[in-house]
Amino acid sequence: MSSDKPRQEIYDSTAPSSDTRESRMGAGPDDRFNSRLREAFGATPFILTKFDQFMNWVRGNSMFMLQFGIACCSIEMMHTYAIKHDLDRFGAGVPRASPRQADVMIVPGTIVSKFGPRMKRVYDQMPEPKFVVGMGSCTISGGPFQEGYNVVKGAEEIIPVDIHVPGCPPRPEALVYGVAKLQERIRNGETSPVVVKPYELEQFGDLPKDELVQKLASDIDEDDLVMRYNWADSP
Amino acid sequence: MSTGLERQGREVTEDDLEALIGDRALGRDDHLNAPGFVIRPDDVQDVLFDLRDEAGFDHLSCLTAQQYEDRYESIYHMKKYADPTQEVSVVVPTSIDDPVSQSAEPVFRTADWHEREAFDLVGIDYEGHPDPRRILLPETWQGHPLSKDYDQEQPQVVTLSEHANPIQPDHHDQESDTMFLNIGPHHPATHGVLHLETVLDGETVVDVDPDVGYLHRCEEQMCQSGTYRHQIMPYPDRWDYVSAGLLNEWAYARVAEDLADIEVPEYAQVIRTMGAELCRIASHMLALATFALDVYGDFTAVFQYGMRDREVVQDILEDLTGQRLMFNYFRLGGVAWDLPEPRGEFLEKTRDFLDGLPAKVDEYHDLLTGNEIFQVRTHDTGVLEPEVAKSYGCTGPVARASGVDYDLRRDDPYGYYENLEWDVVTRQGCDNYARVLCRMEEVEESAKIIEQCVDLLEDWPEDDREIQANVPRTLKPDPDTEVYRAVEGAKGELGIYIRSDGTDKPGRFKIRSPCFHNLSALGEMSEGEYVPDLIASLGSLDIVLGEVDR
Ligand code: SF4
Repeated sequence: MSSDKPRQEIYDSTAPSSDTRESRMGAGPDDRFNSRLREAFGATPFILTKFDQFMNWVRGNSMFMLQFGIACCSIEMMHTYAIKHDLDRFGAGVPRASPRQADVMIVPGTIVSKFGPRMKRVYDQMPEPKFVVGMGSCTISGGPFQEGYNVVKGAEEIIPVDIHVPGCPPRPEALVYGVAKLQERIRNGETSPVVVKPYELEQFGDLPKDELVQKLASDIDEDDLVMRYNWADSP
Repeated sequence: MSTGLERQGREVTEDDLEALIGDRALGRDDHLNAPGFVIRPDDVQDVLFDLRDEAGFDHLSCLTAQQYEDRYESIYHMKKYADPTQEVSVVVPTSIDDPVSQSAEPVFRTADWHEREAFDLVGIDYEGHPDPRRILLPETWQGHPLSKDYDQEQPQVVTLSEHANPIQPDHHDQESDTMFLNIGPHHPATHGVLHLETVLDGETVVDVDPDVGYLHRCEEQMCQSGTYRHQIMPYPDRWDYVSAGLLNEWAYARVAEDLADIEVPEYAQVIRTMGAELCRIASHMLALATFALDVYGDFTAVFQYGMRDREVVQDILEDLTGQRLMFNYFRLGGVAWDLPEPRGEFLEKTRDFLDGLPAKVDEYHDLLTGNEIFQVRTHDTGVLEPEVAKSYGCTGPVARASGVDYDLRRDDPYGYYENLEWDVVTRQGCDNYARVLCRMEEVEESAKIIEQCVDLLEDWPEDDREIQANVPRTLKPDPDTEVYRAVEGAKGELGIYIRSDGTDKPGRFKIRSPCFHNLSALGEMSEGEYVPDLIASLGSLDIVLGEVDR
């Protein structure tokens, strides 16, 4: 057919460019769009995996962080997000201002009694599954302020923590390492066991009626949420 | 109205003061820095009014409250904005059983927050105070932690309900339809953990009440339980933690050196001056970066530019001190070590940074202050009149942008500043725009200072590089020596009061934080404006919660 001819010419006319492509990349399948993932698939574009494993893998590579500054460590956290250290390179750098859109919370600083209930509330507002990176000595033990009358001796008294990054403050590199470790754990499907924390939000009416509760009874409503700190039992 | 004693610029002598206070003075209780007069608790307003109006002491720099075995004591540290070397302390003792003292709030607005803090932490009641509540600790807290018989082990209950429900009627204004709004404590615009209780009428701010204390880390208690020589120095780094560490350390170094009578070698002073100004640049850069973030949600351009420049400064500081943020580099009587070897390389690196700075500052002007949207957002918003600023005890760039010409580096010289060429930046704008410009110009002034220090250090004779004076291992200043000293921190006048009790730890350690004062003026600046202007004003105050709450 005559109409075949121009097509053939067009096809022919592409020869030089495919020549160069071939000479550039060598014979064999075109792997310009290849990735580590594609490589893992081998010759076929199909894989067989468990859905859970796939989800874990995806989750670990796309973490949304809660934009959450508390104390000195948050300055180093900002540097970790910003240029030079750029946490985003690892698929873990989009800070979200609302806890409902975040799945990782970096706790960057000292937690004091007044902030404890609020932090718990913010944590509760994050959707499952959620992960916590404790940044700095303060979130491990209270850090330099451990002896203070007002300081909670570590974030773990209130919420479960997956990764602890020590330092005062940890360098950005250390935080990047901590986040990378968290990604590794998520990819492997490991989570920390959920245990009951010593300090919980409870309704005031549910507290045992000891001396302190009776004293406060006129100030606080029965169904107000409160957190009770038993400093004497703290580590 | 000015009477015989009101003499701007002329020294008010002790005799003048004695005559002015007259027989209202029960006795004297002099401090190392200032004459102190003991007065009766019900004479407070009277005496303070006289000192302010007759003798020109228009700056209530700090209020220290403390408990002795037999009495409580409130100390009003007063200065003059025109000449901060003129100081006077007004000491008000109250009995243990009935610690009631008259409020100074009608004289100085800043006494409002200070007296709330004194009540909160020490337990003194102020009669006539407009709003006697706790300020740093939760409302339901039991006991006063800095008083003598406080039991740290007792359990405490803290509620979540301080965050009133926004939908419930707030009864603020029966006429119009107002709405209560919580901003914070977890909110990207509050620069940490600050809670603003805001009442809105439409989009206009009717009332704003900052609720602080979400980062009250017992800094004063920590310092009171550390020894003078080495254990206190790490804490100041954590007050204003925006890389302003060396400036804060200097506050402690200055007060402790005065207390223990230590001379600092000149060489160390030059290093201190250089380090401190580098810190000021880093701190102002962050203020600028986050202000851009606040005003146009700009996480990509100006914010990243600010971070880029901070990284450079932090690199230099790391070379000098060994840490990026919490330097712990000053020692009583000097600094920890000399410049890093090779010296030439370090000085060259610092020079390179300074050489590149003017171009960067231009860049900021292009991006930020020259931007029309930015100008519209910041010009004539958040106005802080100079008289108001003084009454709230504002200092630093916040006061200087309102035309208050007050900078302790020049007015109450310390370090090596006296011998260097530089200017104090002031602006008359009083608004958010002026505050931004003021900080940017201060960056340039700091660069001038650093440059001169670098030159000096380069030529300093090798055999005269003494970095630390000889200071005994344990310091035990004479009992009952009291001193209040301040330096110009990144945010303003950062002061410390120490009373020694004869041991190697301070008996009372009180921090005067510039951010605490600056933040208290927020209501005055933003009432009647729109919500976005409130956010801009808050950003332009450049507060650090670690320093507000301590
Ligand atoms: S660990 Fe150190 S740097 Fe981090 S918040 Fe605590 S005191 Fe600040």
